[in-house]
Amino acid sequence: MLLKQIKILLFTFIIFFTLLNSAKASNECFEGVSRSVFKFNMAFDSIVLEPVAKGYNKLPRVIKSGANNFTSNIATLLSIPNSLLQGNFKELGNATGSILINSTVGILGIFNPAEKLGFKPHKEDVGQTLGVYGFGPGCYYVLPILGPTTLRDSFGLVVDSFIDPFAHVTIRENEIFGISGNELDYFSVKGTGAIDFRSNNINNFDSLEKNSIDLYSSMKSIYLQDRQNKIKNSVSEQDDWGSLDN
Amino acid sequence: MKKLSIYLFLFVKLSCGIAEAYSSDPKEFVGELVNDAISKLSDKSISIEEKEKFIEKIALENVDIKALGLYTLGEVRKSAEKSDLTNYQKTFEKYFLKSLTSRLTDYSASKFEVTEAEQKSSNYTIVSSKINPSDGSPEIKIDWRIYTKNPDKPLIRDLIVEGLSLARTQKEEFSSILSSNNNNIKILIKKLEEFLKN
Repeated sequence: MLLKQIKILLFTFIIFFTLLNSAKASNECFEGVSRSVFKFNMAFDSIVLEPVAKGYNKLPRVIKSGANNFTSNIATLLSIPNSLLQGNFKELGNATGSILINSTVGILGIFNPAEKLGFKPHKEDVGQTLGVYGFGPGCYYVLPILGPTTLRDSFGLVVDSFIDPFAHVTIRENEIFGISGNELDYFSVKGTGAIDFRSNNINNFDSLEKNSIDLYSSMKSIYLQDRQNKIKNSVSEQDDWGSLDN
Repeated sequence: MKKLSIYLFLFVKLSCGIAEAYSSDPKEFVGELVNDAISKLSDKSISIEEKEKFIEKIALENVDIKALGLYTLGEVRKSAEKSDLTNYQKTFEKYFLKSLTSRLTDYSASKFEVTEAEQKSSNYTIVSSKINPSDGSPEIKIDWRIYTKNPDKPLIRDLIVEGLSLARTQKEEFSSILSSNNNNIKILIKKLEEFLKN
């Protein structure tokens, strides 16, 4: 029985990673469905997220900065196992140093003294780790509420919830160093992070929406470029100007 | 007396010309152009119409709109008919200027700084810069892809904002429209014209 389960699991993994490497990121998994989900997400954004983000923007700068630091500090926890898996010890040191300093001197991450000391960790997740290992993004699609993703990144998202120490103590209600929480803590922090991100990009989103003739494709391009840069931890210099150079 | 007037006129014209032209060094070119734009666009005494005219003028003079239009068209530029390409170029220029003015006219003051410049080839230099918005929003890193084939007249070909290339985003947006319409350039032109009407 166990052997049969292992075989099924192995088969699923082989199929999944074959799909990852055979499909280009620009390929759509199911464009029609993704465009419908995208419309739903846009409606959700204009009814819920954008008004909340605009209200959030009216808060004093010190509160916004504290919320940003707090959610970023928690999000950096996920970078520790991923930097380790990537064999990137410099980033591992950055992430660990940043969390230790900000969680103590920075009063639970509300302040960010680590940045002033030169600790500027990149956010790393399992999708990026798989990218570093050489797995392609697979096809592209849009998830309700969560937004754009690829096969690789959505697989990474699921694995993230198993290796993220914060998810471990909240969603799975385990204890680490005597710290525990619940699902509400997890979704409150993630929700605040999303609102903070949206509030910082009100003008960018408005401008993109106003000036795109196919907003879905613009968002797809931005998502894929951003993921590519995050995997490389640098700005990719794609030079495809070709004959236009002459 | 008449001769003196002509000399004076020429002197004034020449001075204005020099004042409007930016340096041919890519790093200085970006610095001068952006600081000039910031001072004009954040000046509340200048009307929106004047700002629009200013943006159009500096874009036409300093952005390689023709190459950008062809780049965003992708491979279709190689197979499209000449008349369609000419039509596309004209429409793209209008589209680009409209989209640029709508992005910049409500611009608020920011602190701009050119950080470094790296020559990638004889044709390209990437100028790195950062903007600190006055409203306290996070710092924005912008790389400028400067085309330097003519060393006396650098031209902007792309802006890479926080690692996201605007030209590539535009190209992929157009590519999606083209691929879902059998690579018909006329449909893309129609979509651009519809955008211009709104």
